[in-house]
Amino acid sequence: MRRLLIITAFGAIATLAGGLWVTRPLTVDADTVSAIEGNAAAGEMVFALGSCASCHTSPDGDKAVLAGGREFTTDFGTFVAPNISPDMLNGIGNWSQVDFFNALRQGTSPDGKHYFPAFPYASYARMTDTDVANLWAYMATLPSSDQPSQSHRLTFPFNMRAGVGVWKALYFRTAFVQPAGDTERGRYLAEAIGHCAECHTPRTALGGLQNNRWMAGAPDPSGKGKTPGLSPAQLKWSADDIAYYLETGLTPDFDSAGGGMAAVIEGTSKLPPEDRAAIAAYIKALPATE
Amino acid sequence: MKFLLTLALSATIAATASTAFAGGHDGNPAVTARKAHMQIYQHNLTILGNMVRGNADYDAAAAQAAADNMVILTTLNQSTYWIPGTTNAELGDETRTLPAIFESGSTAREIGGQLAAATVALAAVASDGVEAIGPALGPVGASCTACHRPYRISRN
Repeated sequence: MRRLLIITAFGAIATLAGGLWVTRPLTVDADTVSAIEGNAAAGEMVFALGSCASCHTSPDGDKAVLAGGREFTTDFGTFVAPNISPDMLNGIGNWSQVDFFNALRQGTSPDGKHYFPAFPYASYARMTDTDVANLWAYMATLPSSDQPSQSHRLTFPFNMRAGVGVWKALYFRTAFVQPAGDTERGRYLAEAIGHCAECHTPRTALGGLQNNRWMAGAPDPSGKGKTPGLSPAQLKWSADDIAYYLETGLTPDFDSAGGGMAAVIEGTSKLPPEDRAAIAAYIKALPATE
Repeated sequence: MKFLLTLALSATIAATASTAFAGGHDGNPAVTARKAHMQIYQHNLTILGNMVRGNADYDAAAAQAAADNMVILTTLNQSTYWIPGTTNAELGDETRTLPAIFESGSTAREIGGQLAAATVALAAVASDGVEAIGPALGPVGASCTACHRPYRISRN
């Protein structure tokens, strides 16, 4: 009997240790990553399409300052976007390029903790080394804010960062979801930097994207309204219509973008026309889902 | 002439709103009037936008008329249909207007001023060819978006 208890206890400890090991925060290869030279000018485009500003600017502050403070109400509680300006104390000014890669590629913080996936690293993880380094170089040129980051207000058990490790084990996949087809560039822009699916794809009860309903539309992250489905049965616009919308924010019947999409358009309007056309081609090639 | 146009547009909005109202629409009259106002913006923007996109041939007279209409629309007194208590919070799906538009710190009035200036600039070049309209349409669309972003719910 005692022997059985000991075996059971050991088994439980081993399972727990194994689980913690499997779900531990991972990091990138520091030597490889630190050697990459970023180009700030090229990073501006990545910053625009990545819509970093749409979440990280203060709701009532300067649009150029990534002071944080914007709140996102979800089923798991309220997330508050942190200060990611170059401020040394309250921003990310004291980060290294390796820290930045760990955040975007692995969802791991400089102190080795999991980031909550409200930060869309599951998409950013698909970005090329060059684009991540360029983005890092560009963000270092932005103005600082000393506004302290606020804590998220999440409900138990979602407030436990260790649980994010389980989420990552279940949902964090860096492979592209759709086949490249003729639109490899469009797929990269949409699935990596643009992270379109983070809003346009419905999620499971645990907050993972339902890849079998890719871009089928979902509740709007603001908590009000819905993001539209983009699959062929749902979006009848031509590729030109989509490209024009991404440029001007005007729909084919000349209504204008609103809500979170308006912030996205601010970024896509700065892209070269061929990149908007590539995203449009990707959207037109999406599989039928509802 | 401008007075007549203003009068005609006001009448059109009133007629659109009342037709919708009389046609079995038992909704809030302020919301109905707002939608009518927006529809006429959209109607005129569509005329200009289709020329810019190459979906329609450029027609200087039609472009000028559409741009002039948009200028006039910005000058109409809308105070009887932009009223607190008629937002999505009170009326649900009937309107996409968010309460923030009527709360302190609302920038809607300021954005309205930007739209008015943008339509005046558009009207000033509407007869100068399709190449002139495109750039002038940008600030108009940006004003629409500037207001729709914080004060209108995204729809499916």
